[in-house]
Amino acid sequence: MNNEEMKLNSKFFSHAPDEAPTRDGFGDALVELGKENERVVALTADLKESTRVEAFSKQFPERFFEVGVAEQNLVTIAAGLAVMGKVPFITSYATFSPGRNWEQIRTTVCYNDVNVNIAGHHAGLMTGPDGATHQALEDIALMRTLPNMTVFVPCDKEEARKATKAMTHIKGGGYIRLSRDVSPIITTKETPFIPGKANVLWESKRPKVTIFACGTMVSRALYAAEELEKEGIGSIVINIHTIKPIDSKTIIAYAKKTKCVVTAEEHQIAGGLGSVVAEVLAMNFPVPQEFVGVKDTFGESGTPNELFEKYGLGIKDIKEAVKNVVVRIK
Amino acid sequence: MERLTEKKLAHLYTNANRIRELIIESLLHAGSGHSAGPLGMADIFSALYFHILTHNPKDALWDERDRVVLSNGHICPVQYATLALAGYFPIKELLTLRKIDSRLQGHPHRNSIPGIETTSGPLGSGLSQSIGMALALSLDKKRNRVYCMMSDGEHQEGNTWEAVMFAGKKKLSNLTAIIDRNNIQIDGFTEDTMPLEPFRKKYEAFGWNVIDVDGHNIEEFIYSVLEAQAVYEKPTAILAHTIPGKGVTFMERNYLWHGKSPNKEEAERAIKEIRSLGNKISHE
Ligand SMILES: Cc1ncc(C[n+]2csc(CCOP(=O)(O)OP(=O)(O)O)c2C)c(N)n1
Ligand SMILES: [Mg+2]
Repeated sequence: MNNEEMKLNSKFFSHAPDEAPTRDGFGDALVELGKENERVVALTADLKESTRVEAFSKQFPERFFEVGVAEQNLVTIAAGLAVMGKVPFITSYATFSPGRNWEQIRTTVCYNDVNVNIAGHHAGLMTGPDGATHQALEDIALMRTLPNMTVFVPCDKEEARKATKAMTHIKGGGYIRLSRDVSPIITTKETPFIPGKANVLWESKRPKVTIFACGTMVSRALYAAEELEKEGIGSIVINIHTIKPIDSKTIIAYAKKTKCVVTAEEHQIAGGLGSVVAEVLAMNFPVPQEFVGVKDTFGESGTPNELFEKYGLGIKDIKEAVKNVVVRIK
Repeated sequence: MERLTEKKLAHLYTNANRIRELIIESLLHAGSGHSAGPLGMADIFSALYFHILTHNPKDALWDERDRVVLSNGHICPVQYATLALAGYFPIKELLTLRKIDSRLQGHPHRNSIPGIETTSGPLGSGLSQSIGMALALSLDKKRNRVYCMMSDGEHQEGNTWEAVMFAGKKKLSNLTAIIDRNNIQIDGFTEDTMPLEPFRKKYEAFGWNVIDVDGHNIEEFIYSVLEAQAVYEKPTAILAHTIPGKGVTFMERNYLWHGKSPNKEEAERAIKEIRSLGNKISHE
């Protein structure tokens, strides 16, 4: 059942949800931040419009910097600004930033422990027809292995807005993973968002499994839960919007409750949300786990829906994982 | 390279316009992709694949072939169209561009279709790979050449200049960089976004031979490649001055067409214009 306390968008469960790309929420937040905090600056690497810094650049031209196609320069200039007390946001596609400039992030942002906020756009298969070179499927792993780095994977436009705004208050580097194409709006302005605190969005009366999901897989997990409920399989769906620091307490509590878990992410299985959950549970309360994610392969050109289907990230794949995991309980 | 006759030259221009048509058709069917860069490079691709290169469309992996690296992978519609026209794969396959299960990926993928030497899309990685290929050819005592197709925008990447420096140091004369100097990138004109001039002087300072050419004058372009082949002590950079969107007036010189594909009405207008221009040239 839809958890009322989460004040989710009522239209979501009517299956006629409003849709928007998470990158729009990022762009809106950036403008709000520009007004609220004059230390906020933004930089891009020849991707002003598609990474949604255009509005910020128009309203605060003196606090906006275009570096050209140069992602290593992008993050290192930002690190210098942050050392001086500015709060930079840098935008590019996730395959290039944090992909291409990972070592610079490691040393000049994380080891320096300065507040540079990295927006990784066009993440995942949602990037669609541009193909594998532009579909970041490794960025969560790249960012969550760095000390002094916070990692957000928002599930919709509204959550992306809240996460972006939260980034300025968090010490050290920040990463937000964003998608190009539209996804359903699940949450509302009233939905709580506390960095590092997972949100229980769905709770059946007699749950047999907990599904941990992040980003674009949260809506799919909720629709899977709804269908499973009708088939007599109760479940819990938890939105892990913050991958780092991870909400171990919630993960352990629900593993204890349902004795088996499924993780779902639009990312390589290696190193992503599934890995985080497995680490937490292996150390605290091991239970059977099934992983829905990309299985050690690159993506390709296609529409997002075709790709989610082909690479095993559909609603039916989550349901299948649930059915496989519940029978593994000893 | 065979001698360039009047007749051959006219044929190269005709092919260039046929390539433009195929670019428009494939982009229309794809529903997304890049228009300006590919159209601007059609004349050069026609000259390369139908006159300059040592290659064999029926045996794409022929050992004696010249290597073409498309560093600015986003303009792959021009390479796909040219490869298909040259006989590497069926022309009708161009209509699968950017679709699921297609061999024609949104950005070129090595081994996915004959004639693609290496994967690209992320900018600034092509010249270094071309250097690696050129080094391997000299190690193997082969005389084939490496042509690295580059954009102006990707000269803002540090990796590009690391490569320029290395090729200059090694005097890699079997390497030719062909740079699409079309003055646009995504966020605007290159000189507003992040200036690249003086382009020629920068390459010269790193020990390269530099030739400026009109990228729509096929004859002039072919002579510049001949000069590059004749220069033994340096790598050559051909700065090909092109008009982005060339051949389709409403796309020409407009950076907003960098990453946009035409809709049906626009595609029809574009093809009509390309065809009439093609007729004019072949009647001259
Ligand atoms: C490393 C990297 N950063 C960013 C991009 C996104 N991108 C695609 S094309 C382009 C720049 C366009 O300039 P140019 O290469 O001159 O393209 P043109 O419009 O002339 O075809 C950018 C920034 C990319 N492909 N690779
Ligand atoms: Mg350009």
